[in-house]
Amino acid sequence: MTINRDYLGRTFPAADPYEVSRVKIADFADAIGDPNPVFRDPAVAQAAGHADVIAPPTFAIVISMAGSARAVADPGLGVNYAMVVHGEQRFEYSRQLMAGDIVTAQATITDIRDAGRNVLLTTKTEIRTVDGEHVCTAHSTLVERGGAG
Amino acid sequence: MTGLTPVSKETGRVSVSEQVKFTNVEPGTELAQESYQVTRLSLVKYCGASGDFNVIHWNERIAKSVGLPNVIAHGMFTMAEAGRYVTDWAGDQAELVEFGVRFSSPVVVPDDDAGATIEISGKIEEKLDGNRVVLALTARSSESKVLTRARAVVRLP
Repeated sequence: MTINRDYLGRTFPAADPYEVSRVKIADFADAIGDPNPVFRDPAVAQAAGHADVIAPPTFAIVISMAGSARAVADPGLGVNYAMVVHGEQRFEYSRQLMAGDIVTAQATITDIRDAGRNVLLTTKTEIRTVDGEHVCTAHSTLVERGGAG
Repeated sequence: MTGLTPVSKETGRVSVSEQVKFTNVEPGTELAQESYQVTRLSLVKYCGASGDFNVIHWNERIAKSVGLPNVIAHGMFTMAEAGRYVTDWAGDQAELVEFGVRFSSPVVVPDDDAGATIEISGKIEEKLDGNRVVLALTARSSESKVLTRARAVVRLP
């Protein structure tokens, strides 16, 4: 099975709207062991100029994965997910996600290339509020081990 | 207890102390190294919080069967610790503009109470217009570089 090059440049339907909650942000901050109150306490977040508690920077992956899953899980693309590892990740932020945001994520396949015996699949996922405000763009490169040839 | 400084109800930590300012930052400055512990429990919690339940992050039998030395941490867990390093340094008034890494080798997490340690350090690489600062980050675990090309662009007050 090889990855279908015809999918290069394809944009997938946006994921269903995701509502960011204080509880989910606090759970994520707990899981990464980060005690910063700006992720938990609205008063601290407001003192730092935010409308509500903000999310740690990599919380954006929770949202962007919902969008990129639409691409990666498309059977026509032909990714063997058991052989996939994460190669690179980059976020460009207009601002941090915060409690109360309702956002969607829409993925585009921006690169498919061989690297030795592996195939590199790069997606760009735009995270926007349902009102269209840009929050973050996530660039993700997945490596399918042994996927070339 | 002062009435003016916001203090977290949960941690008692003052959040806006020692805010780093753009004018006080010098390119070439090395930032202190920090260590972050990752245990099997950390990975179980991260699975739940992130929704990434890939078995290689919690099942030793399957991890070894696909050629890994043991259970490995999510790459995004390591990136999260690097993010924590950046936001702890930059302070609550800073804005993260860009943050990127390459995952160069896995963080192997043994089944014991200590788990693995991720050591992160940083350097002020350059200052850009718009009060932006570029940080170059280094992350190691068990002598391996676990992140490469790790950099963050932060807008400071």
